[in-house]
Amino acid sequence: MRELFQRLAGSPAGFIAGGFILLLIVVTIVVPLVHSVNPMAISGNALFPPSAQHLLGTDELGRDVLQLLIHGVRVSLSVGLLSALVASVLGVLIGAWAGYFGGRIDMFLMRVAEIFQVLPTFVLAAVIVAMLGPGTTRVIAVIAILAWPQIALVMRSEVYRVKQIDFVDAVRCLGYSEIYILIREVVPNALRPVVALGTLIVGQAILIEASLSFLGLSSPDVISWGGMLNSGQRYLFNAWWLSVLPGIAIFLTVLAFNFIGDALNAALNPKDTGR
Amino acid sequence: MWQYFLKRVFWSIVTIFVIIIVNFVLIKLVPGDPVHAMIGDFPAPQDYIDQLRRDFGLDQPLHVQLWLYLGNLAQGNFGFSFANRQPVLDLILGRTVNTLILILPAIVFSAIIGIALSLAAASRGGGFDITVSAITLFGYSIPVFWLGQVLVLIFAIVLGVLPTSGMYSLRAPQSGFGAFLDLLRHMVLPLACIMAFKIAVFSRTARASILGVLNSDFVMTARAKGLSRGYTLWRHVLPNAVIPVIAVFGYQFGHALTSSLLVETVFAWPGVGQLFVTAVGQRDFPVLQGILLLSTILVVVANVLADLLYTIVDPRIRRSLGARHA
Repeated sequence: MRELFQRLAGSPAGFIAGGFILLLIVVTIVVPLVHSVNPMAISGNALFPPSAQHLLGTDELGRDVLQLLIHGVRVSLSVGLLSALVASVLGVLIGAWAGYFGGRIDMFLMRVAEIFQVLPTFVLAAVIVAMLGPGTTRVIAVIAILAWPQIALVMRSEVYRVKQIDFVDAVRCLGYSEIYILIREVVPNALRPVVALGTLIVGQAILIEASLSFLGLSSPDVISWGGMLNSGQRYLFNAWWLSVLPGIAIFLTVLAFNFIGDALNAALNPKDTGR
Repeated sequence: MWQYFLKRVFWSIVTIFVIIIVNFVLIKLVPGDPVHAMIGDFPAPQDYIDQLRRDFGLDQPLHVQLWLYLGNLAQGNFGFSFANRQPVLDLILGRTVNTLILILPAIVFSAIIGIALSLAAASRGGGFDITVSAITLFGYSIPVFWLGQVLVLIFAIVLGVLPTSGMYSLRAPQSGFGAFLDLLRHMVLPLACIMAFKIAVFSRTARASILGVLNSDFVMTARAKGLSRGYTLWRHVLPNAVIPVIAVFGYQFGHALTSSLLVETVFAWPGVGQLFVTAVGQRDFPVLQGILLLSTILVVVANVLADLLYTIVDPRIRRSLGARHA
């Protein structure tokens, strides 16, 4: 796993993508500590174009767009990372169990996963959030519940492959229990494709959160990039920066995660990279 | 083989049933009492409230209520939209044509462009392959609604060559070729947005499948016989590589009603997606649930049809299924 990340950091594009994500994380943590300006505070004229005083202009209430963008990182990153994490944990547990022990539970879990894969994910998420009310935790839960089957299906086939390798029989001869073998020997060897897929799910989750907020399905006192795009849509004719800038932020963040996910995938399957 | 399809159909019905249950549970979870929502804060007599509860079956146990709900759905009663004063099913079906006008060309063109791109990437390799990967990465990462806003900014506001939104302009001819041209002008930008994502989906699948076929022995044989690289790609690789793309095609077709949801919002395109978004704003839940249920049915049917097509196109799959269930 470490050599994988080393190779990723070695390529210039992978270095830039990783660096960008690190920058976002640092900005989220450090800026509120150093710079205690309330981003919701009205700091100038409304709909003021980018200038020296307001580098990225102000919005329809006179709030500084740069401040809003910086504070919006938090929602995007936490929704993206946490929902991918929850989905991965669920997917790994269920997929590992199904792939290792097989039988009826396996059949049942895989049917459930297939049903989930067919459902129109975004519409279902929007209906649930619209009916039960917005909230970051709720959005994370909905995305995770809709995303775990992707992980579970990959984990299951990987565990199924690994458990047939000879070293598993060798461990079994040492007298360890099946659960111990699964957790300590099989799962660690089956995790690599899950890391790649999990990174891609971070990108998907950020897009879904932004889309939900764009539809107005976020609470107005939480600053999010999608929410900024929602209110910016009305001023498209006279304040382009309200629509263009948050979109660039979303695009670059999702691009960075997708790029790393793709690169991890390519490193895992050198055969698929063409000839 | 038929046993396989019966199984597929059975699980499709289960999937639809799952969504019906989700819908039903959601109605129950929505905060607030439905009877209270109907009468408002008006101090209604208790007898009247009890009567309303009886009329709508709200005094029955949950499983009876679910049964009533299923019975209504089976009769095509998807509920009533109070915001639009119309039955939900009529409302959705009325918008379906507009959405299909937009989405069907998008799927077909994206499939053709996606396959062509990945074929070209496979035949040239090198720089072209990287370009195609970049297009795919771009399509998967860009928020489509934002792309729509940027396109409107550039082509409608700054350059002024294309309309900002809507489906027809008031001053254009109402019928004939003029009206068609007007529709095309309105379609360009939304189509471009939808296709940016769909081309990525198709070219990713096609690329993976073409690379898989390129590595197989019969391609080596064809090349060893002295056939040119282009001929081998066209006659031997393409027919085999297209098969997995059929599944993506079915999936995309199944999501036709809702995949343009965000784009329709940006361009005020009067389709199902816009109806959905308006219903979100109005908290018009029967419409949301109706769209969710109808699109699930469409997805499930499209998937079964794609499977059927699979076995017709590829005799190997047919034979292996026949052998397994013989």
